[in-house]
Amino acid sequence: MKILLVEDEQELQEAIVTSLEKEQFIIETPVDFYAAAEKIGIYNYDCIILDIMLPGGTGLELLEQLKSEGRQGSVIIISAKDALDDKLKGLELGADDYLTKPFHIAELNARIRAVLRRHKAEGKSTVAMGNVVMDINERLLSVNGTPVALNRKEFDILNYFLFNQNRLVTRTALAEHVWGDNIDQADNFDFIYYQIKNLRKKLQAAAATVEITAVYGVGYKLIEI
Amino acid sequence: MKLSSQYIRYLFFPILLIIGIWAVVFYFNMLNEIKESIDEGLEHYKRQLIYKAQADTSLLRQHDFDEGFFAVRPLDREQAILARDRYIDTMLYLQDADDDTLEAEPVRMLTTVFENKDRYYELSVFNSMAEEGDLVTELFWEAVALYIVLVAAIILISNIVLRRLWKPFYDFLIQLKDYRLGHTARLPAVVTDTREFRDLQDAVNFLLQHSIRTYEQQKQFVGNASHELQTPLAIATGKLELLLEKEDMNIVHAEEVADVLNIVERMIRLNRSLLLLTRIESGQFPGGQDMDITEVAGQSIRDLAAMADFKNVRVSLTVVAALHVHMDSALAHIIISNLLRNAIFHNIKNGRVSVTITEDSCVISNTGAGGPLEAEKIFHRFYKSAGDAGTGLGLAIVKAICDLYGFTAAYRFDDNLHTFTITFR
Repeated sequence: MKILLVEDEQELQEAIVTSLEKEQFIIETPVDFYAAAEKIGIYNYDCIILDIMLPGGTGLELLEQLKSEGRQGSVIIISAKDALDDKLKGLELGADDYLTKPFHIAELNARIRAVLRRHKAEGKSTVAMGNVVMDINERLLSVNGTPVALNRKEFDILNYFLFNQNRLVTRTALAEHVWGDNIDQADNFDFIYYQIKNLRKKLQAAAATVEITAVYGVGYKLIEI
Repeated sequence: MKLSSQYIRYLFFPILLIIGIWAVVFYFNMLNEIKESIDEGLEHYKRQLIYKAQADTSLLRQHDFDEGFFAVRPLDREQAILARDRYIDTMLYLQDADDDTLEAEPVRMLTTVFENKDRYYELSVFNSMAEEGDLVTELFWEAVALYIVLVAAIILISNIVLRRLWKPFYDFLIQLKDYRLGHTARLPAVVTDTREFRDLQDAVNFLLQHSIRTYEQQKQFVGNASHELQTPLAIATGKLELLLEKEDMNIVHAEEVADVLNIVERMIRLNRSLLLLTRIESGQFPGGQDMDITEVAGQSIRDLAAMADFKNVRVSLTVVAALHVHMDSALAHIIISNLLRNAIFHNIKNGRVSVTITEDSCVISNTGAGGPLEAEKIFHRFYKSAGDAGTGLGLAIVKAICDLYGFTAAYRFDDNLHTFTITFR
């Protein structure tokens, strides 16, 4: 998988590259707007991550160029601008997703996985780890070939973990992803713990070879056992 | 007290005094004039009688006033030489044509002395003052009427003139009263040629423009600061999250890092709330759509159902009447979910939350530990009750949305229930 990351903020770029390398992606990071425009003009990428504010131009211009040249590849806009206009404009110009800074690494991962999945021609909609297979379109989970019933939120949680295999998922990232903006208070941690505990029980009962482990009181990680 | 009333009060008393004095002086002057004219008449009459008496001596025998307006009495020479013309005001019993009996009437009497064929007589002539008295009374009432008319006219004219003169001022005042910093687009303007009012407008607008600039700068500052913080915060979380993924981390260090990450996440929430507040206040949510509040509340309740279950809080929705409001969809959800979330979080074990929708309001009330909250302060930014781990901006955001659309948000505590009411109209 080839990914083009257009982000002028050096430190943030490094953090994203480190994270994406863990996911076995090949990442290219043009230094500025012109380098990015050149790369878009020559190569094809599976996914392009675009910052809107760039020295020399805007991410939206790159997006226009991309679409006018009829290039393949999904686009995720990352921007510090939460303005609705930009978001709508970006999506209108053909971006697949829009992520507002600051975001969780796990969230970016999940979004990339989701857009890649959507763009894949073969329409494969499953994600697997160990003996666990999740069909995202059908919203079905099977362990060792046996279906396991999950409620809506449990499905979303496990989906998020499967998009972030072996990666740290903080409780906040999980809460925001699964429950939206509705959770932003401190005692949500007990609530999330309770939800995770239920999910763990179901996975254990189904003899899954994956496990959700706690990470330093800040989040969880899905690992294979 | 209104300006016109004050003006009239100040004007009224001097006018009352001046016209009062003038009326008295006028009255006495008139009285004098009348007497003088009567006296002249008497003098004239006297001469006529004396002249007539030379031819018609019968006049000399009229000793009393029975026959006419005069009486003649013979006099000694000595007395006559000493006598002078005298005018007196006295009363005489007279019978007028329209009277049945004698009546005392005020008269003016001239007593004089004359010589006729070497004999001396005293002549008294009089003129009734009754009519003149009537005249004076009439004059007096006319003066009073004039006074009343004059005062009424002055009040009326003053009122009209004052109203016309001060109209631009009152128009300006109304505009100023309606002026809301950051909401009213146009500066108050005065339409007049009056220099003082133009000066006032200039002075007020100068002050307003200064306030607007300060307000805009402040608003922009909060917006810009929050905006500029987004990227550093993104870097910080990214780096901390990656750091925590390192396999070789010492557990004690890792927990420290986790603490820092939690703090950074709190900053992110705060920053996000501040940005939202700024965006609401700077009108970045124009327009809107028809929102069914029952649907919004239902959605919020579903979103928070798991949380409520977990906290053992029962949430009920009562719809008394359908409520449709024209507003931004995201803000409609924020306003309801913020209140609902508070109601669920600041609740007790096995507590209750009830959401009631009426034709013009949404009422959310909940059981909770502790007594009433400080109603005036809870909608302020960064207000937090004890043990509250939130941003302290949730209700400030609710208030900002209400202000944006002209809704009202109110809190009351009764029957041991914390009750928040959003009135949409």
